[in-house]
Amino acid sequence: MAIVTRVVLDVLKAHQPNALEFASQLADLDASCQVNLLVQEVDDKTQTIILSITGERLDFEAITQHIMSMGGSVHSIDEVDVQGEAITASSE
Amino acid sequence: MFTRLRYLIELSQSHRIARRYFVTNGFDGVLAMLGLLMGFRVSASVSIDVIIGACVGAAVALFMSGLSSAYISEAAEKQHELQELEKSMLTSLDESAHAEAAKLMPLLIALVNGFSPLLLALLILTPLFLFQQQLLPESFFNFSPLDLAIIIALSLAFMLGVFLGRLSGRFWLWTGVRSLLIAVITAVIIFFLNQFMAQ
Repeated sequence: MAIVTRVVLDVLKAHQPNALEFASQLADLDASCQVNLLVQEVDDKTQTIILSITGERLDFEAITQHIMSMGGSVHSIDEVDVQGEAITASSE
Repeated sequence: MFTRLRYLIELSQSHRIARRYFVTNGFDGVLAMLGLLMGFRVSASVSIDVIIGACVGAAVALFMSGLSSAYISEAAEKQHELQELEKSMLTSLDESAHAEAAKLMPLLIALVNGFSPLLLALLILTPLFLFQQQLLPESFFNFSPLDLAIIIALSLAFMLGVFLGRLSGRFWLWTGVRSLLIAVITAVIIFFLNQFMAQ
């Protein structure tokens, strides 16, 4: 199965938790996980954010679950970086 | 567990509501106790057991009233907030921390609202409890246990005012004196009302 190393997500979230808390909690999912959060639009009760998450082996399911548990909803997957496991195995 | 609870409080901003409830219902409790104690102070002498019985009864009633009223109103309010948020998000938030907070926070706020008058009332009644258990003399620096309880009630009213002043960033002494003044005015009204009714 291909290894996901980077995803860029368009997410709609409530104002709370704030951007710092939101990004920090996602980054805590994995030690190699690095999160970049950009607030794109602020409405009365919601914010549209662009999340760029990089890591050695991202668990996309866990990421979306965690986003949902924080009151966010993934609108689209805008970018992905994946690596085939067979290529990784041969390079090793 | 406490980390999760702190996160949910932060998420729902419930600490602000709980703080407000603590002061408003706490002040209610202090004034209710002050009213009762002043009533006993100016009326014909009553046994300490009767005073304690009446005051504890009132404190428990304040606890139950605070607990139930805050729970009912906050549960409805939090549910409404969640529904509004779901409308904005165009999705269900049932699995989110927001839904968890909407269920748990009304309970927490209700506990604060219930316990604040109860604990303050018990604090006010401490001299009476001590006297009942014969741990306090009938006259302590020329003050009876009832006088001491009234002094504690006035001090707590002042301290609640100071607490509010520190929160709002206003001069603590002014807000403290203002709360104390309200308590003193209450005591004076009760005093004159009792004098008037005795005639």
